Amino acid sequence: MYDVQHNSRGLVSHGVSACAGCGMELIMRNVLEVLGEDTIILIPPGCSALFSGFGNETALKIPGFQGNLENTAACAAGVRAALNAKGNKHTTVLAFAGDGGTVDIGIQSLSGVLERRDKVLYICYDNEAYMNTGIQASSSTPYFAGTTTTPSGKKTGRKDLMQIAIAHDIPYAATASINNLNDLKKKVQKAKDTDGPSLLHIHTPCPTGWRYEPAKTIEIARAAVQTGCWILYEYEAGKVTINYRQKELKPIEEYIGFQGRFGNLSKEQKKEIQDYVTKQYNKYIIKLEAMN
Amino acid sequence: MTVMQKQQEKHTPKPQKFRVYGPVATVYGSSNTGSWRILCPKVDYEACIKCGTCARSCPANIIDIIKEQSECVVIDFDYCKGCGICANECPVKCISMVVERG
Ligand SMILES: Cc1ncc(C[n+]2csc(CCOP(=O)(O)OP(=O)(O)O)c2C)c(N)n1
Ligand code: SF4
Ligand code: SF4
Ligand code: SF4
Ligand SMILES: [Mg+2]
Repeated sequence: MYDVQHNSRGLVSHGVSACAGCGMELIMRNVLEVLGEDTIILIPPGCSALFSGFGNETALKIPGFQGNLENTAACAAGVRAALNAKGNKHTTVLAFAGDGGTVDIGIQSLSGVLERRDKVLYICYDNEAYMNTGIQASSSTPYFAGTTTTPSGKKTGRKDLMQIAIAHDIPYAATASINNLNDLKKKVQKAKDTDGPSLLHIHTPCPTGWRYEPAKTIEIARAAVQTGCWILYEYEAGKVTINYRQKELKPIEEYIGFQGRFGNLSKEQKKEIQDYVTKQYNKYIIKLEAMN
Repeated sequence: MTVMQKQQEKHTPKPQKFRVYGPVATVYGSSNTGSWRILCPKVDYEACIKCGTCARSCPANIIDIIKEQSECVVIDFDYCKGCGICANECPVKCISMVVERG
């Protein structure tokens, strides 16, 4: 039991030292609202460690464990195995890791969990770089985005976490966005109810790393979906559902226009991103449709 | 009592049991994030349609909509970081961000 010094409604402390306007904070609250207190959380180093807390303080009312950047999924599998050994089938084991901790450093242990069919809910909140250590590019950083390690813009596209998970043919995988919290919560519930591994890949605007006004966090998430930079879809029992389709994509400028990480691009480069995103989007939709 | 884990310094010839407790969190706390605020959300209660969008959008989860009260949007300023998401998402734009300190 925790010694509660400042109470809160819900399972997350109100005074968490995530930056003002942090998309991840909104995600954590909505995820735990659905999962409830019968949950054990695994958090690696990264911004989400702000919820593990400092010293003897935590910002979460549920039990948790902070492992290493490379083994979140393996730690979760261990907790699941221990619960199984005790005959506990009800507790949700939640891994909550950043993009760096997922698509780069933790990809092997995640692959192990997906292959072994461990009943673990793995959430990758994707702020598209290594934010907690000062905005270094990860393999989830999008094409042309500026970071401290890609000062003139990243020269390659991003790794596709969803398709990697789907290649393991897991029972449930979905992308989500804070632009639609009801859809996000529905997906968390489905993932919780899945008998086996489930994965949620959640787009996570980050005012500090993407360099925009904190007030625009949800607006940016919305723009990402409407411009085709983030595609909402689910993979459920082998079937793909595209959750949201834009009749016509909005111009990319409505997404990248107010982000400092895309600020130094020339007119030609902006046109190049537009062409790249449109092409990728159309190709991706065709691919998803062909999967059924 | 929380005992921090110590590195084993010497080779132990015989297996021994160690009781390791830490580092362990025992306190559920809250930082005074309200002190970060530079801009402060101010609600025009007359214009508010009590839709709750601001409450659902607040990353700190500190907005209450109390419909029967004239000041129907209640914000916990101990924790409001002044991010402005509530103001940005409000469908009738009845929240303005006012400078609290420069
Ligand atoms: C193996 C290893 N390499 C590097 C680090 C240092 N480190 C701590 S947090 C972090 C950033 C993690 O990025 P991400 O997973 O994307 O989470 P974010 O900080 O963006 O929320 C890094 C590189 C580490 N803890 N372990
Ligand atoms: S750096 Fe980004 S993800 Fe990390 S706490 Fe700040 S806003 Fe959130
Ligand atoms: S979003 Fe605006 S209109 Fe809706 S409850 Fe909040 S202040 Fe009122
Ligand atoms: S300014 Fe930000 S932290 Fe303060 S009430 Fe509005 S959304 Fe919440
Ligand atoms: Mg990251």
